[in-house]
Amino acid sequence: MNNIRFSDESLALVQKMIRRYPEGRQKSALIPILHIAQAEFDGWLSPAVMDYVASLLNIQPVEVYEVASFYSMFNLKPVGKCVIEVCRTSSCWLLGAEDVIRHLEKKLNVTVGGTTNDGMFTLKSVECLGSCGTAPMMQVGADYYENLTLDKVDTLVEGFKSSGKRKSYTDKPEPRTI
Amino acid sequence: MGKNLLLEHDHVPGIQSYEVYRKHGGYAAVEKALKQLSPEAVVEEVKKSGLRGRGGAGFPTGMKWSFLAKPEGVARYLVCNADESEPGTFKDRYLMERIPHLLVEGMIASSFALGAKSAYIYIRGEYFYVSRILENAIDEAYANGWLGKNILGTGYDLDLYVQVGAGAYICGEETALLESLEGKRGNPRIKPPFPAIAGLYGCPTVVNNVETIAAVVPIVNMGGDEYAKIGIGKSTGTKLISASGHINKPGVYEIELGVPVEEFIYSDEYCGGIKNGKQLKAVVAGGSSVPILPAHLILKTANGEPRLMSYESLADGGFATGTMLGSGGFIVMDEDTSIVKNLWNFSRFYHHESCGQCSPCREGTGWMEKILHRILHGHGKLSDIDLLWDIQGKIEGKTICPLGDAAAWPVAAAIRHFRSEFEEYVKHPEKIKDVQHYYRLNSLSEA
Repeated sequence: MNNIRFSDESLALVQKMIRRYPEGRQKSALIPILHIAQAEFDGWLSPAVMDYVASLLNIQPVEVYEVASFYSMFNLKPVGKCVIEVCRTSSCWLLGAEDVIRHLEKKLNVTVGGTTNDGMFTLKSVECLGSCGTAPMMQVGADYYENLTLDKVDTLVEGFKSSGKRKSYTDKPEPRTI
Repeated sequence: MGKNLLLEHDHVPGIQSYEVYRKHGGYAAVEKALKQLSPEAVVEEVKKSGLRGRGGAGFPTGMKWSFLAKPEGVARYLVCNADESEPGTFKDRYLMERIPHLLVEGMIASSFALGAKSAYIYIRGEYFYVSRILENAIDEAYANGWLGKNILGTGYDLDLYVQVGAGAYICGEETALLESLEGKRGNPRIKPPFPAIAGLYGCPTVVNNVETIAAVVPIVNMGGDEYAKIGIGKSTGTKLISASGHINKPGVYEIELGVPVEEFIYSDEYCGGIKNGKQLKAVVAGGSSVPILPAHLILKTANGEPRLMSYESLADGGFATGTMLGSGGFIVMDEDTSIVKNLWNFSRFYHHESCGQCSPCREGTGWMEKILHRILHGHGKLSDIDLLWDIQGKIEGKTICPLGDAAAWPVAAAIRHFRSEFEEYVKHPEKIKDVQHYYRLNSLSEA
């Protein structure tokens, strides 16, 4: 697995991240670098990718594993190109998050946590995403989709499917009307 | 009436950009602080303002700043807590997305006051798109001489960075945040030492919420004494309230502290009343961690006084009949809401988010979720209600960080005010129509 290597562009970004912290504190850049790695290497962090990140920061692989396994945004198993994360907490729950989740389960023919057979979608339900005033909502990659209705969910899913693109947190977000 | 100190210009087209922000008086606080005031004088203004931490704890900011150790030759840091994860709270996202330069300006003025030469904004990973907005604002501030070396020719140097997290409620706790910023798991540290003595990289550090730091801008501009005239009693200034749930007009509202709760819920200026003409059942006034109050106690105190949106009034009566202002995450529930189901939703959240360091929280949050799950599904016993009460009491105050308290308080309050509803679930399981197997949802985050 020695062929794992960031693109030159990502490597430059990694070096920029490391320079944000004082000398000897390069480990501080670990979480930002794991985000870059997850986006670049198919949406998840394999042991080989984590080992590579450890080597870049000159830290032990276990220091990467323990961090990657702590934070909910890091995937330690392969996922679909679009990970649909539906907020399930408090106001989203009061305003119909369960309906959105059940609807997506039926539509995608997966249960929560699962990935569709074509590898296009993974469905997750997640804790509060800080969008309670526009509940219910879901996140896909960098984008928040708010004030969801089941029709809106259908349109979004069709859109993701026809574009066929992988969505990452680090993507340039879609323009928002605020 | 609404009072806008922070959100005065939030609807100005282009206010995200440096030019427009500057045209509307932006960066005047930095000019004033760096050119006319000493760092100590800025701290003094913040003390006089009576500003209290807007993240939830409500600790006086000026006092927190004055605790910062200043040993010779040791770096000091200001870290902004933009990890906003308390369910029901979305004001910081709103502020950062709409007026990113307000936070940048507050960070510069505050860093100057504290003598920090490097400052970090730690933002939750899910807000990745907001981190880009902030980075753009920071780049503009550098390009216009507000960051970097020798700012405004005063000899003051400051670098400001944004750091993203990766999904963990616990990182909103300040020492867990510092651990995460150092590239580790977000396990809270044992205090003391407090961050003011040994924080980021073991150096003296102040951690403040986004809204707190933003409030430093109007405080510097108008002076601490003027700021302290706004609000009521020891609840000075304005507060951003995130209003959500069963209301007609959810959103972020800046209120002058002291607005009556009834006005906040029913006035068209704010929440606009309960959705679909329903009756109010209960409110969680300060984010999911604070005690839930039934309608009669959120509108009026136990003494029959009108309840106000202020630290003191919301806390009136202690936990027996009161609650807390907390983060200002104001979640409104209508007459059809099941308190038991809502509590289960909260308990699942705390179980999921416990970092696992302290046994009472790691184990207790799971037990509470499980017991609530069985009550909710018609398998509960009356003794389960007392068991829940017992468990929450054994978590509260017995953990390293306040997550344990945050998990215990909602359980205690729901039983305190709505015990009969729990009993109803136990005595009449046949009435429970919706017996979806919710446990299935629990495996979700492991995908």
